[in-house]
Amino acid sequence: MSEKMVLMQGNEAVAEGAIAAGVRFYAGYPITPSSEIAEIMAKRMPQVGGTFMQMEDEIASIMAIVGASMAGKKVLTATSGPGFSLMQEGLGYACMVEAPIVILDSMRYGPSTGMATKVSQMDLMQTRWGTHGDHWVIVLSPSSVEESYQLTIRAVNLAEKYRNPVIVLSDETISHLREPIGISIPPTIVDRRLPTKKAGYLPYKTDESLVPTVANVGTGFRTSFTGLVHGESGFQTANGHVAEALVERLRDKLFNNLDDIIQFETDRVEDADILFMSFGITARGVSESVESLRSHGRKAGSLRFITLFPFDDDRVRKAAGNARTIVVPELNSGQLVLLVKRVFGDSRKVVPMNKINGDLISPQEILNFVREENL
Amino acid sequence: MRPDFLRCERLPNIWCPGCGNGIVLRALLEAIDQLQLDPDKVVLVSGIGCSSRAPAYTAFDNVHTLHGRAIPVATGIKMANPDLTVIVVTGDGDGSAIGGNHLIHAARRDVDITVVVFNNYNYGMTGGQASPLTPSSSITTTTPNGNLDRPFDLVKLAAGAGATYVARSGIYFTKHLVDHLKKAIAHDGFSLVDAVAQCPTYFGRFNKKGSAGQMVTSQKDWMVLKSVAEKKTPEELVGKTIIGEFVKIERHSPASAAAPKEQA
Repeated sequence: MSEKMVLMQGNEAVAEGAIAAGVRFYAGYPITPSSEIAEIMAKRMPQVGGTFMQMEDEIASIMAIVGASMAGKKVLTATSGPGFSLMQEGLGYACMVEAPIVILDSMRYGPSTGMATKVSQMDLMQTRWGTHGDHWVIVLSPSSVEESYQLTIRAVNLAEKYRNPVIVLSDETISHLREPIGISIPPTIVDRRLPTKKAGYLPYKTDESLVPTVANVGTGFRTSFTGLVHGESGFQTANGHVAEALVERLRDKLFNNLDDIIQFETDRVEDADILFMSFGITARGVSESVESLRSHGRKAGSLRFITLFPFDDDRVRKAAGNARTIVVPELNSGQLVLLVKRVFGDSRKVVPMNKINGDLISPQEILNFVREENL
Repeated sequence: MRPDFLRCERLPNIWCPGCGNGIVLRALLEAIDQLQLDPDKVVLVSGIGCSSRAPAYTAFDNVHTLHGRAIPVATGIKMANPDLTVIVVTGDGDGSAIGGNHLIHAARRDVDITVVVFNNYNYGMTGGQASPLTPSSSITTTTPNGNLDRPFDLVKLAAGAGATYVARSGIYFTKHLVDHLKKAIAHDGFSLVDAVAQCPTYFGRFNKKGSAGQMVTSQKDWMVLKSVAEKKTPEELVGKTIIGEFVKIERHSPASAAAPKEQA
């Protein structure tokens, strides 16, 4: 696999990563700080034989990509918190009909309109619990422009493989950062499995993978899709046993494959007595703080979540080593720390570190925090 | 009508006795048959409500989406695979209230899909509440003292938003309905058919419209063919609903090209 270096903005890397992964349909609605993705796709999609659509709102955007996905395209939409809120019903629908879709959420500050041009990490729990009902999504978190490119490709591949929505959870800073990145040519591409035989076709019947082989519309298989609870036939039912089996399968098709889906990046966890757990842009400051603490003789380490959801407590526990203190810096009032506390209970000292003024957490602030809190 | 267009194993349907939805569905299947479309290339897309259950009784690819969201899903399917004939099945509430924004924008874009509105003047699935097409003064469960609001004229709404084919028909006039569904589906561009049906269970009962049969046959009294209406005075047309073809603009024709320029 050869590699070339190019200078890119985070949002550009998402767009180009999506194209490299085979995305040929984009529908979206302008919103800061993700608008560049739509602008780039408006130019690039026709160049690669794809389709760009500017929709009337984010609800239409997600529903349009679901439709295009059902017709066999690899699809992307991009938004930020306020638009992501509008997409939630469509996200649940995509989970239920098992349409492969990828959503980029570039987090900006605050509830409601907040501060459009300021960074935050306040949408973490929205990615997981934003839509109603038990459901499962894959959430990937880039912390650099290069990773925005790579994880967008990975998101498209995971969406196709598991027939599930995948969210790339970026933020305002990474979206607008410009960095040199290495682009692998060509990337690994995964395509959804499709049915081969029309006789006995049941769209939602699965093998041991638990991932159905639903036909693309217009290919002669005559599929029924519905957001209602449905059995293997795809048709609605109010049978509680079928409902239970469906919801369990939607969970298990991901949770049986956690080795494939979950990725962390760890740095000197083995001997660490103070461990930072972070994701996205915040992990950039953490990595410099760890260097600094180590240079002063402090055994510091870092665990960065590349996959945020599914969140597996056992894997986090094993990856965390034996550090007695775990600091969780994040640009919100404490969302990731809820999960970390669930993993460790009272067995470790879990310390939240939160910043909610629209600025990043600097390495110096982390060092000051460790000193002031006597950690 | 071709029986292989229906999934008979899914019948009986969920609709109340006397519901008009089955007649609209039959007319739609008749239109698809008469146009000799390849059944493998027809996709029916619906939202939520009584009428939106219709596609799942058919043997085509069918997509039962969310309340109001059939049109953007249909748009995505059509844009992803232009070879398909994409037909949206919606109701008056699904299509003109919660889905109203999608309706006008799809019309503006002139996406080549057909929207069939099964219009029974109320929300049936949830028990007979008022919709944007419920006539003023009508009784529904949410307008117990009579509807204070004015209804949309769906034909004018679609035409104003840029739809290039708009028609209205009623289930009493089945041949008229089939003919206009055929023209809508065959039309190259965004088409809408307002298909007036009856809901005897709620709208009819609350408003003393009589039995289902009476509701159907009364359409010949309060519906007027456009060709006939053109010869009548406004006074003679009070309380009448005009049926027929209201907009037919060929794509790439001067009229089609002129529309956006006039707005600019």
